[in-house]
Amino acid sequence: MDTIDVRGLSCPIPVLKTQKALAKSSGELEVIGSGNVSKENVTKFALSQGCQVNFSTENPDEWTMQITKPK
Amino acid sequence: MKNKENWFLAFVGLTIGVLAVYLVTKGNPANMGFCIACFLRDMAGGLGFHRADVVQYVRPEILGLSIGAFGAAFLGKEFKARGGSSVMVRFLMGVFMMIGALVFLGCPLRDMIRIGGGDLNAVVGLAGFIVGILWGIFFLKRGFDLGAARPETNSQAGGYVYIVVILGLLGLLVAGFSINPKAGGPLFFSTSGPGSMHAPILIALGAGLVVGFLAQKARLCLSGGFRDFFLVGAKGMLLAYGGILVAVFVLNLALGKFNLGFADQPIAHTNHIFNFLGLFLVGQAAVLLGGCPLRQLVLSSEGDMDAAVAVLGMVAGAAISHNFLMASSGAGTTTYGEIGVLAGIVILSLLGWLYREVEA
Repeated sequence: MDTIDVRGLSCPIPVLKTQKALAKSSGELEVIGSGNVSKENVTKFALSQGCQVNFSTENPDEWTMQITKPK
Repeated sequence: MKNKENWFLAFVGLTIGVLAVYLVTKGNPANMGFCIACFLRDMAGGLGFHRADVVQYVRPEILGLSIGAFGAAFLGKEFKARGGSSVMVRFLMGVFMMIGALVFLGCPLRDMIRIGGGDLNAVVGLAGFIVGILWGIFFLKRGFDLGAARPETNSQAGGYVYIVVILGLLGLLVAGFSINPKAGGPLFFSTSGPGSMHAPILIALGAGLVVGFLAQKARLCLSGGFRDFFLVGAKGMLLAYGGILVAVFVLNLALGKFNLGFADQPIAHTNHIFNFLGLFLVGQAAVLLGGCPLRQLVLSSEGDMDAAVAVLGMVAGAAISHNFLMASSGAGTTTYGEIGVLAGIVILSLLGWLYREVEA
């Protein structure tokens, strides 16, 4: 599984990096980020692409998200 | 959930629109219930950073907005001291964002409010703003990135500096004390012109508090909505813009203040090219900075020290605009202002290109 780190990046770079990495990834992508705004935006984007979203860690300061592409 | 969020965004837009018109009925300059750029410029004057004596006032709307956003972030456990992402570049972008706004005569929020009042020059400005956003996206798509901000680990103190300064200004404004009664200072107040026109402190402060609180909750950003619409097709934030426009339009119509046309609009000029390019520069700067002037204020209040530096850049940009005679007036643009906008577009484009992430 590929992992990208989008912690501390300005809007909307976390979404753009996720978009780029998802296009390349085989099916699963892990995203590490910080802050609620980028969490909401990356989640919204992944769901809009029909992906599944799971969190392995989730607190206001830092979160880790697993995105699974639709089959 | 999706629907609830959209309703909330529309509600936030409507509330801002209503308060914007209300503030004008209470004394703010016409079509200027809220204007982040104009008000920061007034504050730069109020602090004596420039000598344009018609635009000096410490605007309680800005103070309230910051305190409201701080409150919302604090209650929502979203306050977090962070910073360290290309700080000097952000300062410079703040400077040029303000230069662009003062050539147009308004930030993107005032642009919407001006459109709601019937000012067609603001429609030209909006077109420039949107094209400027697209120009900013051009760089984003090529990997533009000012680098990651880091959370403060030793202390949260730096994140509170902005809001403490705001509270200090509020204290000075309310106390009204003067060190130098003859010359004025520490605060300066216009006796004529737009800076002398303002709603009573408590009303302006209250309106700011509400807008700041809502803007933080809604993540309101006048550039972000267009940007995300073009980037990923997200439409939610556009509802907030619609809300602002509808509320301002309907209330202006009801109060007989709606005046459609290009000529004789309050605090506006009819130079189409530089109405377009002024907000083009603001749109470009807003995309590269990650948010419009309003959003920079909200982020500053959440402990984002990079955004606070961009706000300082805007304050400096306001002083520069007036000291170098770049700011427009109702009479039109100035040659210096036109040069400033063109230089800003070139410099920001250069920075946009330099700060692209090279693919590994």
